Amino acid sequence: MLGGPVKYLLLVANAPDAWDDTDARPAEGVDDGVITDWAAYTLALHEAGVLVGGQATHTPDTATSVQVRQGRRLLVDGPFADTKEHLIGYYVIEVPDLDTALDWAARVPNARTGTIEVRPLQEGSDAATVLATGRAPGSA
Amino acid sequence: MTDRVDADTDTDADAGAALQRAWREERAAVLATVARRLGDLQKAEDAVQEAFAAAAVRWPAQGVPDRPAAWLTTAAWRKALDALRADRFPVPARAPDPQDPPGAAVTDPEPGLDVVAAEDDVLSLILTCCNPALAPEAQVALTLRHVAGLTDRQIAGRFLVPEATLTKRLVRARGKIRDARISFELPDRTRLEERLVEVRAVVYLIFTEGYLASGDEPSVRADLCDEAIWLARQLHRLGPDPETTGLLALLLLQNARAAARRDADGHLVPYDEQDRTLWDADAVEQAKQLLATTGAAPPGPYQLQAAIALLHATAPTPGQVNWTVIAQLYDALARVEPSPVVEVNRALAVGRARGAQHGLAALRPALDDPRLAAYVPLHAAHAELLERAGDPAAAAAWERAAALAGDPEQRAHLTRRAVRAAPGPAGTTG
Repeated sequence: MLGGPVKYLLLVANAPDAWDDTDARPAEGVDDGVITDWAAYTLALHEAGVLVGGQATHTPDTATSVQVRQGRRLLVDGPFADTKEHLIGYYVIEVPDLDTALDWAARVPNARTGTIEVRPLQEGSDAATVLATGRAPGSA
Repeated sequence: MTDRVDADTDTDADAGAALQRAWREERAAVLATVARRLGDLQKAEDAVQEAFAAAAVRWPAQGVPDRPAAWLTTAAWRKALDALRADRFPVPARAPDPQDPPGAAVTDPEPGLDVVAAEDDVLSLILTCCNPALAPEAQVALTLRHVAGLTDRQIAGRFLVPEATLTKRLVRARGKIRDARISFELPDRTRLEERLVEVRAVVYLIFTEGYLASGDEPSVRADLCDEAIWLARQLHRLGPDPETTGLLALLLLQNARAAARRDADGHLVPYDEQDRTLWDADAVEQAKQLLATTGAAPPGPYQLQAAIALLHATAPTPGQVNWTVIAQLYDALARVEPSPVVEVNRALAVGRARGAQHGLAALRPALDDPRLAAYVPLHAAHAELLERAGDPAAAAAWERAAALAGDPEQRAHLTRRAVRAAPGPAGTTG
């Protein structure tokens, strides 16, 4: 067999209508059982020794899409919708605010031909924190 | 100096007037100061509402404080902290720790929370509401809601959308500001100038929404013009920039003609036929003085448009408009901000200044541009210039414009022009 272990990206998708109704989501701090499932899964990955990292994103309606065309930066409020484009990679960056994140996004080489979606990650939801505290964010 | 006024029979009326004035003049500064420290527009807005509610109770009873804005800011900040404690959210790191018991009487301004930097805070609040990562309609709604202080219902009514839709739009936008961390801090100078370009565009968009209002509710929507002018004045006060001055002058000049734009039946009156005695001479004079302060730097698009509007507004009769200078200003405008509407108006100005044939030549590139094939103002300008040139093709051009027009009132107007131009080689209208 050639090479060692391979890193895989697990993309976690959800039906759009699951996010449509704000009222349908559990209130902050309320554990509807789902949160424990996430924590248990993260722990399982860790115990199997396969976990590299992971984090929850905020909802798609917090996304901003960045394109650079003819040297001009174009911003669209929302995730990229063009289904002809497909995911080719990701960066995780830590900066003070969205404006700074968008500046970096505009410098990604394929911003000139493709789209960079900038989505905030939920604070404290990264796998390391979940494992360290033994619980998912928002759980009491 | 006392913090109280003597109680007398006028106290209620004084307090009411002071509260109204504070709502109009200080609300944005109070909100901005609190929002900047909280990083959460929704929580800040709730706290400000509560502070004004507290003032409505206390000011009539205890007198109007010497510094209403400081009183309101302190009250709002304490309300916000109370709410944070109640939510069991940790106080954000950037918040100062006031160490005050909840519900303490508000007398002195919070140390470090004075309204010293309120002007910067208001500017940063405007920039946050107009952040380009938010959809344009969200920028407009946030600015009217949080800077101008309109209610959801008022904004929904002016934009002809259901209130629930507007509220949802605002909730979503505020959620994005909070979760995606849209900054409440002022950017550096270079970035600030870029961002002000976007802010001015939002203010102008609000104005044109009111200005172009037609149909059943022109009066309700027309006060968007006043809101836009108020916003432009705030911007002008917060940061003297020649283009902001130009924007304010432009809005004043366009609004000065408001009373003359429609006849008794509510129909649009063409510019040349407007009763000039109905134009607001004070507003024109104000705009003139503003434009005199913009300095020698090459003017940007708002200053150029304002200069054009001023030449129109100060000509005693339509026949005395200085079209030569206006054509030069449109040349400059076409260089700094080329657009179809500028090309069309430039050709019309050239036609007036140097003759219809020159105007037609100036319009040629736009007429040959397939992307503008359905652009109504282009065909109307073409018809206008043909008519002035005495070309019988004018009638067909008016008909082309009428066929493309979506607005029934505009279509009727263009059809009348087509009929008028039809009987023979005219060239007598004007």
